[in-house]
Amino acid sequence: MSNPSVYVRAAMAPAQPAPRSTVGVAGWLRTNLFSSLWNTVLTLLAIALIVSIVVPTVRFTLVDAVWSGEGREACLAANGACWAYVKAYLPQFIYGRYPIDERWRVDLVYAMLALGLVLLMVPRIPAKGATLAFMLLVFPVVAFVLLTGGGLELDGGLIPDDVMAPSAFRFWIEYGAVCAVLLALAAALAAWQGASVARTLRNLAAALAVLAVVLLAVSVDVGLEHVETANWGGMLVTLVVAVTGMTASMPLGVLLALGRRSNMPVVRLASVVFIEVWRGVPLITVLFMSSVMLPLFLPSGVTIDKLFRALVGVALFNSAYMAEVIRGGLQAIPRGQYEAARALGLGYWQMMRMIVLPQALRLVIPGIVGSFISLFKDTTLVLIIGLFDFLGQIQASANSATWASPVTGISGYIFAAFVYWIFCFGMSQYAGFVERRLDTGYKR
Amino acid sequence: MSDVSAAPGEELAVDRSKMRVSSTEVAIEMVDVNKWYGEFHVLRDINLKVMRGERIVVAGPSGSGKSTMIRCINRLEEHQKGRIVVDGKELTNDLRKIDEVRREVGMVFQHFNLFPHLTILENLTLAPIHVRRMPRREAEEVAMLYLKRVKIPEQAHKYPGQLSGGQQQRVAIARSLCMNPRVMLFDEPTSALDPEMIKEVLDVMVGLAEEGMTMVCVTHEMGFARQVANRVIFMDAGQIVEQNEPEAFFTNPQHDRTKLFLSQILH
Repeated sequence: MSNPSVYVRAAMAPAQPAPRSTVGVAGWLRTNLFSSLWNTVLTLLAIALIVSIVVPTVRFTLVDAVWSGEGREACLAANGACWAYVKAYLPQFIYGRYPIDERWRVDLVYAMLALGLVLLMVPRIPAKGATLAFMLLVFPVVAFVLLTGGGLELDGGLIPDDVMAPSAFRFWIEYGAVCAVLLALAAALAAWQGASVARTLRNLAAALAVLAVVLLAVSVDVGLEHVETANWGGMLVTLVVAVTGMTASMPLGVLLALGRRSNMPVVRLASVVFIEVWRGVPLITVLFMSSVMLPLFLPSGVTIDKLFRALVGVALFNSAYMAEVIRGGLQAIPRGQYEAARALGLGYWQMMRMIVLPQALRLVIPGIVGSFISLFKDTTLVLIIGLFDFLGQIQASANSATWASPVTGISGYIFAAFVYWIFCFGMSQYAGFVERRLDTGYKR
Repeated sequence: MSDVSAAPGEELAVDRSKMRVSSTEVAIEMVDVNKWYGEFHVLRDINLKVMRGERIVVAGPSGSGKSTMIRCINRLEEHQKGRIVVDGKELTNDLRKIDEVRREVGMVFQHFNLFPHLTILENLTLAPIHVRRMPRREAEEVAMLYLKRVKIPEQAHKYPGQLSGGQQQRVAIARSLCMNPRVMLFDEPTSALDPEMIKEVLDVMVGLAEEGMTMVCVTHEMGFARQVANRVIFMDAGQIVEQNEPEAFFTNPQHDRTKLFLSQILH
């Protein structure tokens, strides 16, 4: 008898296939749905519940629905949804009261936006940098000119009217003067800080020149009919508010998040105050303030477009939320990453741009998308200040005498819910795709 | 953090012929350096002069301030009293001076601190491109050169998460070398590694020493200290307790604290 505590393996054990009852469809069903009597009962109950919800929904929206017809008679006869009404009002849902002959302008903006998004979102398409620059710098200006008609009247206001009459000429003189002052200030600041004066001046001058081109573009009369924002509506308003809100809240949120973690007390305090004030106020209040209160504080004669005020309110409101989401990501980055970046000689902004933010933002993609989705749905609140977004437009039309019937409103709301769901589900699916693509396998 | 000395029979192959210490050129000078964390006095009157070409090993119990001391050399930690001069540049609040020093001083960390969202090659080229303003092609050539030196050129397009600990630490060393530093700081480079991977990292460090790199290493690898260092510094309670040449340090320690330390880590 050999010593039982000594053992030497003679051959390594080969891998064997898993038991059949745990793999394949049958295995999946058994482990997930029918693993015990109790789970079998639950599975059957769940199936019954699903059937009892799905069947009536399908009947109402598809089987019994009315697909064509004119006027309320068509809807009155329906036992299901009245899609004929939605069809008849679809242009209004998309454009609001935008003049029919000018709607090609809106279509063009939609098309550019869609094209830009596709170019940016499909990873295989090259030249992301150029596309992004175009979408952030050129597209907003073009969209503004197309949608409003451009020809913004810039006539200045710094020089008193008695000295110089209001005119585009006065505006550009003032712009030049302001630029000169800014450049001088920047040069002084750079010299004081010990940074390169020439480089500071060059960067600022470039930025001011870009701004000048933008101002020129929106003020030139391009011969398009002017369309008041009061006539905008439907999906147009929803998308304008949502897209501006998203694109503006992202960079602002990053700056606020960095500011809140800054070592400089003034910057930190300012960021904290901004974030806490905006997060502490309901969006409805913000919109009310922007539409009712703000005009009271403006000097007489000065008016700011209502939609524009709502846009600013929504953007600032969401940037506060975005800041907190992003700060969560920043806090998850190990200190070693900052130290390694610093030890290599990277400056603060280089470190943030190339090391910290790419990792932090990837971590908070779910939070960012959550913010975007709630922002998209919150756009419906602009109804409260008399702007007719997609939902507002549907609600308004559902009560119109020509189509009123017991199912008109329900049909409209189902349609609205479906469209909002498509947008939000699309966003969350794309976010999931990005998250998987950026996963380089470094879970700690 | 108890991996002391290389395993028996795994002696490092060291050629000391090219390791020359300059007698005139000072790489790092610390004069009466003091540092506090709040009320806690972590560094007390540190005086240290490192000549070009020196290999210095800093040993001591945990909490003795060794990491803090070398982190002061590239200003990852701020000292409150005294002077630190690196490569002729004094470290003050002047951000440009700090960046200049950091460009010339490479640092290797206990936990590697590679950038997980970038490939190995991108990890190596990032600083040369954006700090040294080197053209991308050239930076990539340099990076591949150093990856060959640490013997993992085939991993260039993988991500750090796909590499073993030892490979990651070798990448981290290569990343520092890409900046062509004049001084290298090592902060417990092998303490987070599996025993099987320690030697591959130490071999790279020996190679560096053989080329005459000025090195300051915080490490518990006493075999490395004995064979590579020209000076061993022992720290306790935030101060330098004893320093000597390795042979004398290990065979004939003077201070009681050093004796106690050595008796506990050497068998």
